[in-house]
Amino acid sequence: MSRPLTIRDLPREERFAPGHRMCQGCGAAILMRHITKAVPKDTIITQATGCVEVTTTLYPETAWKHPWIHVAFENAAAVASGVEAALKALKRKGVIPESKDVKVLSMGGDGGTFDIGIQALSGMLERGHDVLYIVYDNEAYMNTGIQRSGATPFGAWTTTTPVGKVWRGEWRRKKDIISIALAHRVPYVATVNPAFLPDLYEKIRKALSIKGPKLIHAFSPCVPGWRYEPELTIAIAKMAVFTGVWVNYEVENGEFRVTTPVPKRKPVEEYLKLQGRFRHLTAQEISEIQKYVDEQVEHINKLAGKVVIGPVER
Amino acid sequence: MKHKVPLSGNSAVAYAVKAMDVDVVSAYPITPQTTIVEKIAEFVANGELDAKVIHVESEHSALSAAVGASATGARIFTASSSQGIALMYEIMFIASSMRLPIVMTIATRALSAPINIWNDHSDFMAVSDTGWVMMMAENNQEAHDDVVLAYRIAEDPRVLLPVATALDGFFMTHTIEPIEVISREEGLEFAPKKKTWYTLDPDNPVTMGALGDPNWYFEFKKQQYEALKNSRTVFDEAVKEFEKKFGRSYGPVEYFGNEDAEVVLVAMGHVSGNIKAFIEKTSAGNVGLLRVKLYRPFPEDLIVKHLENAEIVGVIDRALVPGSPYGGPLYSDVIVTLSKNNLSKKVVDFIAGLGGRPVTLGHIKNIVEKLEELKLKPQKDLPKEPLFVGVRE
Repeated sequence: MSRPLTIRDLPREERFAPGHRMCQGCGAAILMRHITKAVPKDTIITQATGCVEVTTTLYPETAWKHPWIHVAFENAAAVASGVEAALKALKRKGVIPESKDVKVLSMGGDGGTFDIGIQALSGMLERGHDVLYIVYDNEAYMNTGIQRSGATPFGAWTTTTPVGKVWRGEWRRKKDIISIALAHRVPYVATVNPAFLPDLYEKIRKALSIKGPKLIHAFSPCVPGWRYEPELTIAIAKMAVFTGVWVNYEVENGEFRVTTPVPKRKPVEEYLKLQGRFRHLTAQEISEIQKYVDEQVEHINKLAGKVVIGPVER
Repeated sequence: MKHKVPLSGNSAVAYAVKAMDVDVVSAYPITPQTTIVEKIAEFVANGELDAKVIHVESEHSALSAAVGASATGARIFTASSSQGIALMYEIMFIASSMRLPIVMTIATRALSAPINIWNDHSDFMAVSDTGWVMMMAENNQEAHDDVVLAYRIAEDPRVLLPVATALDGFFMTHTIEPIEVISREEGLEFAPKKKTWYTLDPDNPVTMGALGDPNWYFEFKKQQYEALKNSRTVFDEAVKEFEKKFGRSYGPVEYFGNEDAEVVLVAMGHVSGNIKAFIEKTSAGNVGLLRVKLYRPFPEDLIVKHLENAEIVGVIDRALVPGSPYGGPLYSDVIVTLSKNNLSKKVVDFIAGLGGRPVTLGHIKNIVEKLEELKLKPQKDLPKEPLFVGVRE
């Protein structure tokens, strides 16, 4: 077995150009830069409306060195279906040479994927299009100013789940997008995190080597939405993994594998206390979140058939 | 003369799609459009048409996938009706603004509520401001020919806009008429496949669907406005060459009857057939029909030309805009056109045949009698609201 990949092994070529208007410290910017390092040059990208779209394509400038298309908020997966079908048809008819291997990548935020885009995503996954879909999940509608989405976690403050005398931030739990994708019997799903870039690189490479629909769920810290200083993005992304709030794993043809084992977990408050969106939480609310994380870890360990995410160590 | 085949309006459309060697078909079933897509699926299943069929999960995705496929360089077809068109509304604006030569057939049907699967023009008229070239056929042969014309117009580098062709639900979609079918060879000779628009090409990457701020948005819109206006020239050229090649003649409008008729009816779609029958049957020398085929861009010059000498004009609208100062959308277009050209005409709006209620020869007779009566009155005494034909009070 070759030595593990490090960040120094990633391609130097940049296909996500600097000069875009994404926030300092934006998790999604780190993701886009490294996603475009992992996909081959011959990749067509379809993108949902959202932070990444508006901040990277202000006419007449663009950050994309790939053929790239944005149509609307809820339809990135449907547009990708059309691109993929067209590539197949044009190859069959000899318009595009058979030897030309063109990949299709579709991307959206959590709003464009978990909520308004779920129907188009489901259709794309179910029909078996050869498309990799990546959702960058910053856990709220950040582009419109931090409104809750179906991906907002329990307890999080947002502008539509404010903290007041009656409300205490979001009171529902995050939607499980991975289970939804798996229900479509897709050959590959995975989770990635911007603090673990070689893992992200390897998963995207693997996903693109598999025919059919694939979904990758990417953790995407948001400086203004999560209320933290820009230099903390990677620290928060790491802490999400060390506390078990986020688990890096993949499911390849039904086979489950955790790619970042955590033998000893940190308590969830280590993650929560770094972010202003959780600062109103009481000890009781934090212990409730700890309970949810424990449940999730138990589920992961069950799927793995062994303890890959260890107990909380105080 | 060429051999004719008995075909329903929907089959006639499907045969035209086959003649155009369409690469991708993306559609969602809805009555009365369904049999278009069924017939296309049959062609693909039998190897008669080499196309990828995307079995989308909604009309919204049908048009979204069409945008993706067209942006990749494929010749694309979709079709829908009523609620499906309403669901596509958002993407219809984007398809035209992104200047993609998509062709869609609308099998016209009423909009809910109450839910109604039968024919009127509510769906067609609801999307008439979305920046598409729009035309409507009167018979199945025309519905067939329009699809072939549509690709020629849409893909012309002077246009690069989506084109909607329309035929009346059930009255045409499910009614069989003898059709001269255009072959693939003839079709591709008339509308050859050429790469005339920007595509998503990895060797020459472009960004499509960028953000246009106040510095740029306005210019995009102005260009789009010009393109739709200029598509008229391309339409005129296309129908001229079509006549040369296939012997069937079309124009943006069709005038039927005596050019000096005092009473002129303006109508669209299959109802025109009944009006023609009325004029022939009653040998009504004083009644003419102006059928509008090309609805967007609206053929103002020909509207003026054919209404200039009329004493009174009756517009038959098969859609209704509640609360508007005009009632029916076609009436509004006619009134604006006449007013722009300083023609002070007596124009009366008739709302007829909503939700599939047939517009019979009897109704047409009543309309003509009403116009004969109003013709003698001063303009100020004309009804200020549309007249509803064949509705229970």
